[in-house]
Amino acid sequence: MLDKVIFFFFAGVAILSAALMVTRRNAMHSAVFLITSLLAVAGIFLQLRAEFIFIAQIIVYVGGIMVLFIFVIMLVNLDVALHQLKFSRQKWVALLVTLALAAEVGVMLWSSRGVPGQGFLLPNAVPVGQLPPNTEALAGRLFDAYLLPFEIVSVLLLVAMVGAVVMAKKRT
Amino acid sequence: MNPTLHPVLAFLQTWWVELVCGVVIIAVVPLVAGYLTLMERKLMADMQARLGPMRVGPHGLLQPIADAVKLLIKEDIIPDNADKMIFWLAPVTSMTAALTAMGGIAFGPSFLVARDINVGLLFVLGVSSMGLLGIMLGGWASNSHYSIMGALRSTAQLVSYETAGGLALISGLLLAGTLKIRAIVDAQSNDGVWFVFLAPVAFFIYLVASIAETNRAPFDLPEAESELVAGYMTEFSGFRWALYFLGEYTNMIVVGAVATTLFLGGWLRPFPNVHWMNWLDAVPALFTAAVGVYCVLRAGKQPVRVQIWFMWGVALTCFAVAVVLGLPLLVAQLKFMMPGLNGAFWFLLKISAYIYLFMWLRFTLPRYRFDQLMHLGWYILIPLAIVNVLAVGVATILELEYGWNRWLALVVTTVFTLAAALFLLRVNDKRAAEASSAAPPEQPSPEDSYAG
Repeated sequence: MLDKVIFFFFAGVAILSAALMVTRRNAMHSAVFLITSLLAVAGIFLQLRAEFIFIAQIIVYVGGIMVLFIFVIMLVNLDVALHQLKFSRQKWVALLVTLALAAEVGVMLWSSRGVPGQGFLLPNAVPVGQLPPNTEALAGRLFDAYLLPFEIVSVLLLVAMVGAVVMAKKRT
Repeated sequence: MNPTLHPVLAFLQTWWVELVCGVVIIAVVPLVAGYLTLMERKLMADMQARLGPMRVGPHGLLQPIADAVKLLIKEDIIPDNADKMIFWLAPVTSMTAALTAMGGIAFGPSFLVARDINVGLLFVLGVSSMGLLGIMLGGWASNSHYSIMGALRSTAQLVSYETAGGLALISGLLLAGTLKIRAIVDAQSNDGVWFVFLAPVAFFIYLVASIAETNRAPFDLPEAESELVAGYMTEFSGFRWALYFLGEYTNMIVVGAVATTLFLGGWLRPFPNVHWMNWLDAVPALFTAAVGVYCVLRAGKQPVRVQIWFMWGVALTCFAVAVVLGLPLLVAQLKFMMPGLNGAFWFLLKISAYIYLFMWLRFTLPRYRFDQLMHLGWYILIPLAIVNVLAVGVATILELEYGWNRWLALVVTTVFTLAAALFLLRVNDKRAAEASSAAPPEQPSPEDSYAG
């Protein structure tokens, strides 16, 4: 009962603030609603006992990416940006794509009805006491089973970072 | 029974400890933060040969209460062109982040505020870093040049120094091998050594980074009063300003607690495993009793009767605390209380020492220039932190795989890190010398676009 209340609270906040994020004209308000949405999703992670993903969501998205977003928004002249008509040319394409996506999700949920572990039905939950420690489990998978892909992704990110620095550096 | 009441009662039955802890944090931490401001003013006065606040209460001891009342009844000004919603939200964000981070901290083995969550230290770090959002949003919403400059500086500074501080913490966490608060302290107890001795470079980097993260002098560029009035808080008045202030002081407690937990042995007493040092267990009781005796001795010299009574009151409180701390030593049945009580004493003592160091530095060092600050962060601290993570990792492998003595491995790697630091400093000096000989000195360097 309480679990459901908490879940629907977080889910509602996430969806509502995501909708507000899209509809606000003021970029800073959009950013604030995006933060709220991300935090609500983090709350759902925590409810699923995925503590590490919860805190990674907060550190990476809220503490890192959103800080940079806001940093950029602060440097932009919002008064000019407000009067520009944004993204309106793609309105019909966007509507079409959204409807297609919604139909896809709907078909997926409908076709998987009654199958446990898919669609609306949740798999049987493992008792909380028997869950492996979250951080250790994740580290074990990353550094043991998936070490090579993990390293490749790390190198890729490093290359991207170095590339960004090189491009940002002014030519002398 | 009413069916809707049932889940509520079940909820309370499961979570009452956490709820009480939450209420205690919200009730007590602002008070402690207020008294930190008094402590800071008194220390500053002492170092500058003044008396500091003396008017409200004996020796100015009620000054924080008076300040709080003043801030509460001050007019609450919202600038006309401010963004009202975000202006309202920003100070609350700062304060909430700091207080929530307090929830992850353990003040002793039996004073875990939250349950010992799996990501303990990361939780504290991640949540407290959200305070930056409050600063940025506040600076932007005020719609004022000083505010936005302060906020931009603050962002650049915190992003830079959080990187260095986080890398320094990783060095410590490599030694501990876990993120749980209690397990970190247990690891230091098992090793019989505080991690500050095993990873001194990491502790130093975290110390510098934590000063910058709490926006305190010598890194208080975001609110440099000689350049930016008050930085991001320029347009805030009354209780909104107080919320920012409380957030800042709570953050000081948080970084102090993180450093204490990871590097200074948490709630362990000095030499936790040396048996002939067991007399140190009596220190908490004796220390508080000594403070009480001092108050009694000073009571006779107070000029006003109120102050004499007050001194006696403080003395009696100290004696009561000393009895509580000392009884478990004497009565065998109460022995089980000792680790908790003494642990809390040592933990608070270490945090106080850390914060004292912060204040001491503030009164001693002049403020950095913004480009110097960025330079220190990106050219020295972050490379040094990366080298240190590598070195500590190598030392851990040497110890685990090749059976080296831990001390030997760490001495070698620490020397290596320090050599890297010297090399970095030399390279930077050379670069600075080249830059000053190449560029005409009047030209402001294009890097410090956020300088005031």
